[in-house]
Amino acid sequence: MKEFDLATTTVRELNQALHEQASDVTEKEWTVTNPKGSHNLAVGLDAPVNVAIQGHAGYFCAGMNKSANVTVHGNAGQGVAENMMSGVVRVKGDASQAAGATAQGGLLVIEGNAGARCGISMKGVDIVVKGSVGHMSCFMGQSGSLVVCGDAGEALGDSLYEVHIYVKGSVKSLGADCIEKEMRAEHIEELTGLLAKAGVEEDPAAFTRYGSARQLYTFKVDNASAY
Amino acid sequence: MSNDINKKNATLKESATFDRATMAEIRRAAETGIYDIRGFGAKRKVPHFDDLLFLGASMSRYPLEGYRETCNTSVTLGDRFAKKPIVLDTPVTIAGMSFGALSANAKEALGRGASIAGTSTTTGDGGMTPEERGQSKKLVYQYLPSRYGMNPDDLRKADAIEVVLGQGAKPGGGGMLLGQKITDRVAKMRNLPKGIDQRSACRHPDWTGPDDLAIKIQELREITDWQVPIYIKVGATRTYYDVKLAVKAGADVIVVDGMQGGTAATQDVFIEHVGIPTMAAIPQAVQALQEMGMHRKVQLIVSGGIRNGADVAKCMALGADAVAIGTAALVALGCNDPRWEEDYQKIGSAAGFYDDYQEGKDPAGISTQDPELMKRLDPVAAGNRLANYLRVLTLEAQTLARACGKNDLRNLEPEDLVALNVEAAAMARVPLAGTTWIPGQQY
Repeated sequence: MKEFDLATTTVRELNQALHEQASDVTEKEWTVTNPKGSHNLAVGLDAPVNVAIQGHAGYFCAGMNKSANVTVHGNAGQGVAENMMSGVVRVKGDASQAAGATAQGGLLVIEGNAGARCGISMKGVDIVVKGSVGHMSCFMGQSGSLVVCGDAGEALGDSLYEVHIYVKGSVKSLGADCIEKEMRAEHIEELTGLLAKAGVEEDPAAFTRYGSARQLYTFKVDNASAY
Repeated sequence: MSNDINKKNATLKESATFDRATMAEIRRAAETGIYDIRGFGAKRKVPHFDDLLFLGASMSRYPLEGYRETCNTSVTLGDRFAKKPIVLDTPVTIAGMSFGALSANAKEALGRGASIAGTSTTTGDGGMTPEERGQSKKLVYQYLPSRYGMNPDDLRKADAIEVVLGQGAKPGGGGMLLGQKITDRVAKMRNLPKGIDQRSACRHPDWTGPDDLAIKIQELREITDWQVPIYIKVGATRTYYDVKLAVKAGADVIVVDGMQGGTAATQDVFIEHVGIPTMAAIPQAVQALQEMGMHRKVQLIVSGGIRNGADVAKCMALGADAVAIGTAALVALGCNDPRWEEDYQKIGSAAGFYDDYQEGKDPAGISTQDPELMKRLDPVAAGNRLANYLRVLTLEAQTLARACGKNDLRNLEPEDLVALNVEAAAMARVPLAGTTWIPGQQY
């Protein structure tokens, strides 16, 4: 176990040490103490290491993660796991806005609530939120899955492409081109797998599926009022 | 054409307000109900570098011998924070243009030409292609709002990172790559289904405002271990303030793209009516840098309508450290070449006028993903043409610098310039020719 105390070392030293694991994993377990909301913790990782952040993280924690398993034992600021490629990022508390933004792979689990624009422009990541998500979540979401065990705010899935959205609670409103869709057997199966992967105990049958109506895929002047 | 008609009937008088192009656009709008989307840059006439002249040396200044005495053209970009700044042989760089908007052959040709000439080229929306990386000795990786094709592996392969906030053709606007250009390869790189229109957002998804941007830049530096320079690119609008905020956010290099800068596709009304001319933006940017004590420490690259070595030299004289070319580079590759006149006519255009890059039918094989059209552009030959053109730009700029007695392009200064008209004098902040009058300044 390698311990980094950010009361006595810098974020730069932490990230540099973690990046050096990309060529050769010499230490699998890492713990970071006294993060105190520092920004850019454990960003750009490219190795199968486990990183436990013991406290709150600031902006872009675990940004562009590849392969690593990062757990925030606290809340995470804006853009947690943004553009993640693979691996697992878990936030034990709440996450601020733009969680999982543009992420292309891996799994992001938020055990609390997520703020606005959760999964904005997501490109293949799976996101599971045990609580609720804020407005404009999954805006322009391209692919992957967003699971919300609580409620969703306004304009869910606005200008959606191909993300599969599952919400258990209420949806304040749907965004342009996002519609409720039939929950078929393959979706129950997919959702069951996502919940299991995230370690969340919920009944998949209690969820509603949302997806793209695909009416705005090609720009047509007749759709101008939809924007 | 106007003259031909007037010869036949001299009493006919065309309206300056409702000229034929304006009336044609009204008819087109009435017919289709949709705004005109096109590529290229602003086509209207705006105050430009042609409105400036150099004061060559004579009695009061000492010129350098054109063929004997050296005039340095190399420039180092990004030495504020980066461990590995970019060193270029010429201050003329290639601006960001996307794979998707351009063919893979065109991107490769840009890389080849830039590398021969000792300068950098730049990716665009849609990510980095192996052809481009392979042929570009110095490659700047654009970090755009859409993040199409953006991944940390390519980020780490880049020689610099350019955070794009906007571009001169459409400051404040996003983009749209129409479905006809979305082939399997383009779709795969962008994680989207084939054949659908792809919107490029106008704002970044995970940060808002300059304070957030400072943290974002720090993230990019952390991910790349502070190795490579980070540029911030803005479309020229409120340039004085944008440059100050970019410096505060931690940029190594600031790219200011004037309204003449090109685009692959946006609304004509946007191209022609948003932003300020490149010439007007440079003094604002330089003033901001000077007031912060950062001129030459944070380098300034300017772009938008640069066509020849005189334009390059004038940008440098106004205080830029380097320039970027986009449209001119495409013309050097073969865009709008008269050899394809017959094919341009077939699609309702003409060589020299073609701007419907969004349709993907470019007869020159540049702004297309059509496999047959793409074959028309030989990346090696086109790369050589671009390299030749870059050499000419550099030689021309050197010629003018030597004539002004400067042994380095960056020693050119506003004092070397005068303006031909009041508008240019006011925008460039140099005297009207033959006077000491700079509009807006005391004399």
